[in-house]
Amino acid sequence: MIQVQALTKYYGDHAAIRNLDFNIERGEVIGFLGLNGAGKTTTLKILGCVLLPTSGQVTIDGLNVVENPHEIRKRIGFLPDVPPLYEEMTVGGYLSFVAQLRGVAASAARERVLVAEEQMALRETDAEVISSLSHGFRQRLGVAQALVHNPALLILDEPNSGLDPAQIVEMRALMRNLRGAHTILISSHILSEISQTCDRLLIIQDGEIVAQGTEGELAQRMGGTGFIEVDVRPPTQSAVNALKAIAGVESVGVESERDGVATIRIRAPAELRPKITRALVAADVDVYRMDRAAEKLESIFLKLTRKEAA
Amino acid sequence: MKSVVLIARRELAAYLSTLSGYVIIAVVLAIDALMFNAIGLAGSKRSAEVLNQFFYLSSGMTITAAVLISMRLLAEERQSGTISLLYSSPVRDGEIVLGKFFSGLAFLAILLALTAFMPALIFVNGKVSFGHIASGYLGLLLIGSAALAIGTFGSALSKSQIVAVIISGCMVVALLTCWMLAHVTERPLSDVFTAMALHNQHFQPFQAGLVHLRDIVYYLAITYVALFAATRVLEARRWR
Repeated sequence: MIQVQALTKYYGDHAAIRNLDFNIERGEVIGFLGLNGAGKTTTLKILGCVLLPTSGQVTIDGLNVVENPHEIRKRIGFLPDVPPLYEEMTVGGYLSFVAQLRGVAASAARERVLVAEEQMALRETDAEVISSLSHGFRQRLGVAQALVHNPALLILDEPNSGLDPAQIVEMRALMRNLRGAHTILISSHILSEISQTCDRLLIIQDGEIVAQGTEGELAQRMGGTGFIEVDVRPPTQSAVNALKAIAGVESVGVESERDGVATIRIRAPAELRPKITRALVAADVDVYRMDRAAEKLESIFLKLTRKEAA
Repeated sequence: MKSVVLIARRELAAYLSTLSGYVIIAVVLAIDALMFNAIGLAGSKRSAEVLNQFFYLSSGMTITAAVLISMRLLAEERQSGTISLLYSSPVRDGEIVLGKFFSGLAFLAILLALTAFMPALIFVNGKVSFGHIASGYLGLLLIGSAALAIGTFGSALSKSQIVAVIISGCMVVALLTCWMLAHVTERPLSDVFTAMALHNQHFQPFQAGLVHLRDIVYYLAITYVALFAATRVLEARRWR
């Protein structure tokens, strides 16, 4: 659905993004990750036809964003980092305005508004003035305005910003419901949400893509060996010493110690598990659990962005 | 065109539902009425002269009101971030500018309509024609439209409403006073400066009850050029 080739955007002399190349298939949920100032928002704004690129090619459904922005905008719903809300309008009035602005017929606008309000749990606030809404409701209204005209492509910049845990869970469920019928691009700092919501990740650092792929593919790329987690009875020193002595173990670290159980994370190939078990038994350590664990998205992200920074 | 109407309607509703709109109306009406009372009704004059004076005074207030009304049209959208809603919607930049302009023009027309009690008093108590009143109001609407378009252009240039009103004010003052340059230049340049003046040559026929096509064309041309420039500014921002 989306093809991006050598996408570059300069603000004056500063290159916000350089030579970005990626493709997105219809129905995918893609997560954009990056530190502040990495170029995520610029990329999303170009895809949302809010900004035009300095060079490069972006096509959405076969349409070029420079030559056919008007046609493309009919197919997208865009949520910027700050929801674009008119403070003096009511929730229902605002969504109706946005729906009609995006091509929904006046006769059908009310129905679309009710659907969007239902999806974002805003039904009860239909008659409320936007200036009186809390931050969480304003954020939900921001997502609702992106959805109201039922676009094929949703571009959401920080959709979970300011939401409480219950609202984040609801947002996650909404993304799951929308998956398939809609293509969704999400930019977020909340790595756990990206991890649970997205099919693929694009990691941007200093205006360039440093990695793209599924979380598993990125974990493979970052070390390949993966982790093994064991829960043992403290004290942990004898367990740590026994594990470090095993050939092939790259690192051993105590993750947590709580309620009489210590979790130790071992970077080692999965085939070393029998040796790990024997070593712990020989060291007279009580083992409660052994499991394979994937590299956490947080550490993948930090490694990739620090590597690029170095 | 549907988008133009949609944007214009929303913007007009915003003017009528926020305090700033009513403050502008109240202040402009108050000053207009006070000036009319102090100057227009002072001394003994023919009713046509009084009406002439009313339109002369009102033209100044109309220009001021137009610049104040226009300052938030585009600057506020950029300041609050709502411009991204318009930019990401299937709405052309020209439609955004036209929608904003028409909302300001509608609000200005409401303001002018509220001043009608003053010429109505002259009409009832004096000997003036309805045509004189109509031509005066046509002139006010046209000069207001030109000032509003210039203000829209100023609003497109800046994110700050204060800076926008200063830029617009400077452009309007420049057009108001350019006829003075005719005194220090020679023909044909002096003719150009005289013809460019916003008020001096082109509004006076309206306030006297005369409608000339050249004056209508002048104000419409100023309006068109300013709105065209505002549209180009919006388009240029997408490339930045």
